[in-house]
Amino acid sequence: MSLLAYGDTGWGDELFYATIMTIAVALTAIIIGFLLAGVFASFKLSNNKILNLIGGFYTTVFRGVPELLVIYLFFFGGSGAVMFVAKVFGYNGYIEVNAFLTGAISIGIISGAYSTEVFRGAIQSINQGQFEASKVLGLKKKIYYYKIIIPQMLRLALPNISNVWQITLKDTSLISVTGLVEIMRQSYIAAGYTRDPLFFYSFAAVLYLFLTFLSMKLFNQLEKNYSKGY
Amino acid sequence: MDLMIESFPKLLNATSLTIQLTLLSLFFGIFVGAFFAILRTSKIKIFYYISYYYSYVFRGTPLLVQIFIIYFGLAQIEWIRESFLWIVLKEPYSCAIIAFTLNTGAYTSEIFRSAFETVNKGILEAAEGLGLNKMYTFFKIKLPIAIKQSLPAYGNEMILMLKGTSLASTVTLLDLTGVAKHIISTTFRPVEVFVVAGSIYLLMTFLIHNLIKFLEKKYDYESLN
Repeated sequence: MSLLAYGDTGWGDELFYATIMTIAVALTAIIIGFLLAGVFASFKLSNNKILNLIGGFYTTVFRGVPELLVIYLFFFGGSGAVMFVAKVFGYNGYIEVNAFLTGAISIGIISGAYSTEVFRGAIQSINQGQFEASKVLGLKKKIYYYKIIIPQMLRLALPNISNVWQITLKDTSLISVTGLVEIMRQSYIAAGYTRDPLFFYSFAAVLYLFLTFLSMKLFNQLEKNYSKGY
Repeated sequence: MDLMIESFPKLLNATSLTIQLTLLSLFFGIFVGAFFAILRTSKIKIFYYISYYYSYVFRGTPLLVQIFIIYFGLAQIEWIRESFLWIVLKEPYSCAIIAFTLNTGAYTSEIFRSAFETVNKGILEAAEGLGLNKMYTFFKIKLPIAIKQSLPAYGNEMILMLKGTSLASTVTLLDLTGVAKHIISTTFRPVEVFVVAGSIYLLMTFLIHNLIKFLEKKYDYESLN
């Protein structure tokens, strides 16, 4: 247990900050994912064939290719792309792209592919009549979206959003290959330093379980809130 | 373009390991999944909880942690290194398969459990009323319906497992992702390699998708008459 002491003698504080880092990356990634999903879900639902195709391509590729491969693409490709742009502006040095950003973007793009499907399904499940009724009642677009459509959408989408969040949270462990010090990376460092991998990886598993447990509780509460009228 | 043509045979070669890992893990995973799904229906509380927490732990933690615990962690325990288990556990290949099997087993057990739960009680009562024996009812009625119910979810799980095998590269195995990473880190041309390796993965995903579609049609009892 002394291995987990807080401060210079143990790994407690390091693992605590690593856990915060995991949560931060996961949150950033899922928000990036939501933004992408908003765009691509509307692509998939539009009447334009080309936009449909782009939306379909996005969800197929990023749900069908391993997360690790996507991370390598952005990890090795990210700095290359930035350096290329810098070269155009006359800078020839080496630029390293921030590991947090690389990780959050690559996981965000994957998470977005799952969210796209969730959003699309949720929007499709809302009765067309509701849109028409709101129009007939003369409600402003902003009001009927925020007060009528989105609350119903959220109720239906929440269990699936919860799933996407769990996937995203677990995927962040893969960012450790880029050197970002989150739970997995910190456990790797601690395991190498103390030669006690069993303890530290098991502890990492406990931390992840704790995070997934907490989020499950949170989502259950949210689901309760949003299904009040049912 | 040159790099794509040049790396294609290497990546294709590595694909066989990816396929091997996927198929073996899925194969063993079905048995593990069925075992824990049956345990879950047990009336003995302890069995129920064992199955419940097994699936909870393996679904609630990242696959990477699981593979690291089995490959790096277990090697630390002295009696394991001295026992016959060490023959299996010192190899990254078998460690990867064990981790993948336990992981997919957890998801599979949930899929099987919910499939059996959704089999309509009335159908089983009808079978009993017709005087069909238990074995016959199970194999000819309950099982086919459950298989049909679980096919879409199991297809997803197959694809997740295929993608999951990419983690084998973190324990030194040279699967498709492992070789792709090696080529990327020596040539610093990630896009070309990503396109080739990604296409191979997508092709396999596509094949699984169609296999499931085919099986769904085969087990579609509503269209039989």
